[in-house]
Amino acid sequence: MSETAEKVKKIVVEHLGVDEAKVTEDASFIDDLGADSLDTVELVMAFEEAFGVEIPDDAAEKITTVKDAIAYIDGHKS
Amino acid sequence: MSDAPLADAPTGTLMAGKRGLVMGVANDRSIAWGIARAVAAQGAEVAFTYQGEALERRVRPLAESVGSKLVLPCDVTDDASVDAAFATIKEAWGGLDFLVHAIGFANKDYLRGRYLDTPRDVFLQALDISTFSFVSVSQRAVPLMKPGGSLLTMSYLGAERVTPHYNVMGVAKAALEASVRYLAVDLGGIGIRVNAISAGPIKTLAASGIGDFRYILKWNQYNAPLKRNVTIEEVGGAGLYLLSDLSAGVTGEVHHVDSGFHVVGMKSVDAPDISTV
Repeated sequence: MSETAEKVKKIVVEHLGVDEAKVTEDASFIDDLGADSLDTVELVMAFEEAFGVEIPDDAAEKITTVKDAIAYIDGHKS
Repeated sequence: MSDAPLADAPTGTLMAGKRGLVMGVANDRSIAWGIARAVAAQGAEVAFTYQGEALERRVRPLAESVGSKLVLPCDVTDDASVDAAFATIKEAWGGLDFLVHAIGFANKDYLRGRYLDTPRDVFLQALDISTFSFVSVSQRAVPLMKPGGSLLTMSYLGAERVTPHYNVMGVAKAALEASVRYLAVDLGGIGIRVNAISAGPIKTLAASGIGDFRYILKWNQYNAPLKRNVTIEEVGGAGLYLLSDLSAGVTGEVHHVDSGFHVVGMKSVDAPDISTV
C-alpha cells in the first residue's frame, strides 16, 4: 500500500470512526462507510490539510470513494 | 472530528459564574467553537444548540469536552423550537449572562454569480435564518438577563463592501449589523450590550458553501496588514472580550477580527498577482 493510501485510510478511520478493515480502496464514503454530506466536506478538508493539496469544489464532488481520494491526492500533491 | 490542532485557550476566571448559550457550532473548526472554548477556559458555563441530527453528532462531544450539560435542539425558523430551547435554559439555569449567535444560511447556488439573480424565496430565507434569528433569540434571551448581559453575533466584511460571491449573505449581514445597532439602543437602558464580530475568512464547514473560498482566503492573506488569515482562537479571544466585563463600556460595535483587512483599499504592492488558486 502506498504512503498516500495508508494516510488516507487512517484519516477516514479516525474521522468516520469505522473499522479499518471496512476502509477498502473501493469503499464509498457514503454508501459503505456511513458518511453524511457534512462528513464528505470534512474529509476533503482533512485531506487538504494532511497532504497540503487544494481540492476545488468540482473535484471534491467527484471524490466518492477511498480510491478516488488517493488518486486525486497522488495526482496533485507537490 | 478533524485532527486540526487547537491551541489551548488561556485559562482564568474572567467568566467565572457566568452562564451562556452558544448557537451555531457545527464542528471543531467553527468560529462559535473558538468562542465557546475561550469563554469556557475562563470559567463560563456554556450551553449549546444544534439544528438537526447530523450537527448533534458533532456538537455533543465538543460540548462534553468543556463540561457542558445542556445541548439542545433549536431550529431558528421554528418559533416553537426556539421557545422550547429557551424554556429549557430557564428551567436549568434560571438566568442567562451571554449569548453567542453564529447562525447563517443562504442557498449556496446563489453564493456565486450575480446578486442581481437572487430570487425572493432565497432572499427571504437568507434574511430569516441569518438576520431575524438574532432578533428572535434576543427576544427570548433578554428576559433571562440581568444588567451586564451580553449578546454577540457574527458578521463579515461583505456586509460593508462588495466581496465576490457573498451576494445575498452580504445583504443579510448588513441587516444583521444594523440590527446590532438598533438592539444596542433598545437594550442599553437595561444594561445589556449587543455587539458583532466581523471575522476575516476562516475555512469552516459553512465557508465551504461559498464560491472560490480559497481565492478569498489567499487574497486576504496577501493583502491584510498582518499578512495572514485569522484563526478561530483569535476570534475566540475577541469573543471573550465582548462577552466579559472587560468590554463593559462597549455596545453597538462591529469589531473586526480580520488581520486588519478592513482598512485596506487596494492590493498590496508586494502581493503576488493571483488569477486562480
